[in-house]
Amino acid sequence: MPVPLLSIRGLSKSYGAVHANRGIDLTVEKGSIHAILGENGAGKSTLMKLIYGVESPDAGQVSWQGKPVRPTSPAEARKLGIGMVFQHFSLFETLTVVENISLIVPGRTAALVTRIRDLGREYGLEVDPRAHVHSLSVGERQRVEIIRCLMTDPDLLILDEPTSVLPQQSVARLFDTLRRLRDRGVSILFISHKLEEIRAICDHATILRDGAVTGTVDPRDHDATDLATMMIGRDMPALPPATAHKPGKVALELAGLDHTPDDPFGQPLSKVALRLHQGEVLGIAGVSGNGQAELARLISGEVTLPDHRAAEVLMLGQAAGDLGAAARRALGFAFVPEERLGRGAVPEMSLADNTLLTAHRAGLVRRGMIDRAREAQFTATCIRDFDVRTPGPRTEAGALSGGNLQKFIVGREIMLAPRLLFVSQPTWGVDIGAATAIRRRLVAMRDAGAAVLIISEEIEELFEICDRVQVLNAGRLSPSMKVRDIRVEDVGRHMIGAAEGGAA
Amino acid sequence: MIGLSFVLSGMLAAAMPFLLAALGELVAERAGVLNLGIEGMMALGAVTGFVIIFHGFGHATGFLGAGLAGAALSLLFAWLALSLRANQVAAGLAIGIFGQGLSALFGKSYESMTVAGLPKLQLPLLADLPVVGGMFTQDIVVWLGIAATLAIWAVLRMTKLGLIIRAVGENPTAARALGYPVIAVRYCAVMFGGLMAGLAGAYAATVYTPLWADGMIAGRGWIALALVVFGTWMVGRLFFGAILFGAVSLAQLAAQANGVNLNSQLLASLPYIVTIVVLGLISSNKKLLKRNGVASLGVPFDP
Amino acid sequence: MNLAGYRLARRDKASRKLAVVAPVVALLLSIALNFALYMAMGKNPVAVFQAMLIEPVISWPAFSEVLLKMTPLLLIAQGLAAGFRAKVINIGAEGQFILGAIFASAVPVWFPQISGLWVWPLMIVLGGIGGMLWAVVPAIWRVRLNASEILVTLMMSLIAAQLLNFLLVGPWKDPMGFNFPQSVIFPLDATLPLILPGTRVNVALAIALIWSVACWVYLQRSFQGYQLMVGGLAPQAAGYAGYSQSRAVWMSLLIGGLAAGLAGASEVAGPVGQLQRSIASGYGYSAIIVAYLGGLHPVGIVFSSLLIAILYIGGDNAMVSAGLPVAAVRVFQGSLLVCYLAAITLVRYRVIREPKGIRA
Repeated sequence: MPVPLLSIRGLSKSYGAVHANRGIDLTVEKGSIHAILGENGAGKSTLMKLIYGVESPDAGQVSWQGKPVRPTSPAEARKLGIGMVFQHFSLFETLTVVENISLIVPGRTAALVTRIRDLGREYGLEVDPRAHVHSLSVGERQRVEIIRCLMTDPDLLILDEPTSVLPQQSVARLFDTLRRLRDRGVSILFISHKLEEIRAICDHATILRDGAVTGTVDPRDHDATDLATMMIGRDMPALPPATAHKPGKVALELAGLDHTPDDPFGQPLSKVALRLHQGEVLGIAGVSGNGQAELARLISGEVTLPDHRAAEVLMLGQAAGDLGAAARRALGFAFVPEERLGRGAVPEMSLADNTLLTAHRAGLVRRGMIDRAREAQFTATCIRDFDVRTPGPRTEAGALSGGNLQKFIVGREIMLAPRLLFVSQPTWGVDIGAATAIRRRLVAMRDAGAAVLIISEEIEELFEICDRVQVLNAGRLSPSMKVRDIRVEDVGRHMIGAAEGGAA
Repeated sequence: MIGLSFVLSGMLAAAMPFLLAALGELVAERAGVLNLGIEGMMALGAVTGFVIIFHGFGHATGFLGAGLAGAALSLLFAWLALSLRANQVAAGLAIGIFGQGLSALFGKSYESMTVAGLPKLQLPLLADLPVVGGMFTQDIVVWLGIAATLAIWAVLRMTKLGLIIRAVGENPTAARALGYPVIAVRYCAVMFGGLMAGLAGAYAATVYTPLWADGMIAGRGWIALALVVFGTWMVGRLFFGAILFGAVSLAQLAAQANGVNLNSQLLASLPYIVTIVVLGLISSNKKLLKRNGVASLGVPFDP
Repeated sequence: MNLAGYRLARRDKASRKLAVVAPVVALLLSIALNFALYMAMGKNPVAVFQAMLIEPVISWPAFSEVLLKMTPLLLIAQGLAAGFRAKVINIGAEGQFILGAIFASAVPVWFPQISGLWVWPLMIVLGGIGGMLWAVVPAIWRVRLNASEILVTLMMSLIAAQLLNFLLVGPWKDPMGFNFPQSVIFPLDATLPLILPGTRVNVALAIALIWSVACWVYLQRSFQGYQLMVGGLAPQAAGYAGYSQSRAVWMSLLIGGLAAGLAGASEVAGPVGQLQRSIASGYGYSAIIVAYLGGLHPVGIVFSSLLIAILYIGGDNAMVSAGLPVAAVRVFQGSLLVCYLAAITLVRYRVIREPKGIRA
């Protein structure tokens, strides 16, 4: 039997009381595409950081081509022949593509430019080497990341959730690139929690749960249900099917909104139109970075329009474009932002003080003074009703896990009994149990007559809970589609959009 | 016009304390560290340079000592702000106050004493031109300061080192993921800033006005900080901003030379007033600041 | 960053115990550092610390002077802390203090014969207004023009010092004052009533203590104080909740300016009794140290202002008895804040040892 490219025995890593990795064993053969499969928080990213030398293990052994190694920095890992493409790109926006690449690849600029073009042609990774990164689309950025890795001639390429940022049609193109790489002898470690993708492209799969390996299989021999059971340790929970509702009054209307953000790196919005009724869930699909953040701020009131354009945002029967976030909340609006720490909650403050952030209007402040007793009561109710796992209301928000903090924030906003609830990325980085609970709550809000607006990257999630979806791509919002009438591929087509299609 | 040729010949020298300190701070800020202790580092450099030169060790030794003193104080700042992750604003203020205190303490027995300045070096031919000729008759530090400006511009713009500094300032997490020692790069950038501030202080105290008086830095460190904003973190603009401030701070003398009767307190306030006005003009252009600014400026990096 | 295998790990929860211990540790550390400095200067450190830290608190006359010194520091630092919590860094209290002093002085300078029990309260109110007005420019600059209040407040202080000079050598110079740059000596009714017999301690101390209670209520109990704190800790969260950033800036700068103006007025109408150059003796800068050293907490600031006041009085003692230059007190103050910032790291972080043989 040939010596494996990478062999790992008993690798462990803890952060404080959290055992992120426990005794991991993993073997990667030469010229294979090997999946690491697991839920959010199962320890996939930690494992990759240990292999790539970003973090150091507490215990265990790593062998590279049969020899024991201990990479203590990414530079050493690269020297061995390991390259990594990060989930949230490690590119520098203010630098050009070639400058970004020259940060880890030696050589003169002109020579690098030629090599970037050559590699681009060979693997279907075309990108302009002189362009500034901030002007590139998400797909182009990923190509830059992959080129950057390939320029160091790696034997092993690690991809952390590479498809989570890509529109569906670009995924096929990425897979084509990966197969070409494998055929030239490069092994690939492919991290994902998407079962179908793994079955489509991987030769081997190692499944992680709670920081430990629960199985190593050939994914083509198993169906998605098998893999899912190994991944989450139980059957997939399912939501009760959505029942059709008769929509009520219009709760939110944007009529062809144009907006150029202050941030020069932001995505301008063009002719964004949507209409949302009471008793209805509307989903905004699409990959982040296509105007999601800008649209969210315009709806939440964190960014306002000048007085004369107030009517471009109609909220709960009122022209609200010029109203700030507090005034919109006074109309009966509530909002859960995609950033939990630092926006939806103050990390250094206790949960009790974090309820006050938006729930002050629920009688927690009297004559300008904080009513501590009511604050405590509200917090206790939120923790109990929304199953927030925490030592108590005095715990700092920053100490909670992502899922628990999200349950807390969603709970706080729902307890304000809004008529219009807006949730951005409801289940990002949230474990499956908490995600299901949050989705149930959102559907219950709808059933109780509230209007619910959701921005999400997860198409499956939107299909599960929405009545209608629209797709936001390159600052433009597609027409509305009834979820009952369409398939996932229809949404995917809109995600490609004219702009991406032209560049691809 | 006495005034014009006077201002032209003197403004480069008057600009040097601003320029040197601001160049150093620019490098530190490009790496993502806001050092508000510049005023204290200049004050400590000023007293160190003055004392060394006063005791006859010469300007070269004096400037060396001043640079080292500034760098040493900035090392303390870096330890607080980078290793201990203290609030950068508070740490900068603390170090600034500490440095000014040390300067007053060491300079106590030298109050009102003087040292010899530096001889002027002429650029041949150019120095003989009418009116503008004085611009080409400057001491060695001015010439070196201009050379340093060009060098820092070239390093930031065209070298791998400059690329690394900019990368660390924009996104320290990504820089670390690529294997760059973020904290070490920032230490070096901060200490370079401290070194330059020390030199700037020494120039102010031993060449520009070679006389010791407590508090002689008089807010120039703060103006240097403002200059980095005026220059929108670009070396070329910063250079011209520093010269503008050199010219403004000469206005008082020029006005007197021309017999203009302007209130002397008003003239002494002029650099501060100009700072406030220009700061307002530049800062209100949010897009410009965002495009040229340093994304991680002032944010402690917690690896 | 890890030195010799140690590194910092963030705590889940800030340690309250260490937050109280940290200032004490900082004091001990800076005593140790300055001990070495005094040795190097050829002074007897024990004698210096005896004069600096002990003598001011063991005799009533000396301690009453400490209370007098503490008054402006306490007033200003409470005001600054509100802003610092909101991350509105007003370092121009010195200028706002000077303007307070100038505004208060206008009354006796323009009406040297004035009398009446209402005169000193009027002066205090005018002082507060003067301080606030000087903070208006940085507030407008920050809110409307997005300019750093750090730089603008500092520049305003430097301008204020020139304005004071202008008044004292020009229009407000005492015509009978032998050409010294100072104003007329204020009439009795234009000075603050004394409240402790046999000392110079005046009603301003009572004002400062009431002000401290007001700041405590505002910062710890009111919703507005909470909003300021959210804005400082997480500006995005403040924007998300709809708290006005402009209002936070205005409130912070006006509270700071008011406090410094009150202090300036109580200084000229109190122990000094006339407008002169020496009133700008750096209280505004020392108050920054007081505010941070007190953990930006109204109760902590009462203690830290007392400590810095002791250092001021003790520094004067040490100058007389041990020949220590006055600048040494500034060094001590600066080192105190440096040591404090180092010590409070442990409130947020634990020091842990890296596993053997692994270096990041």
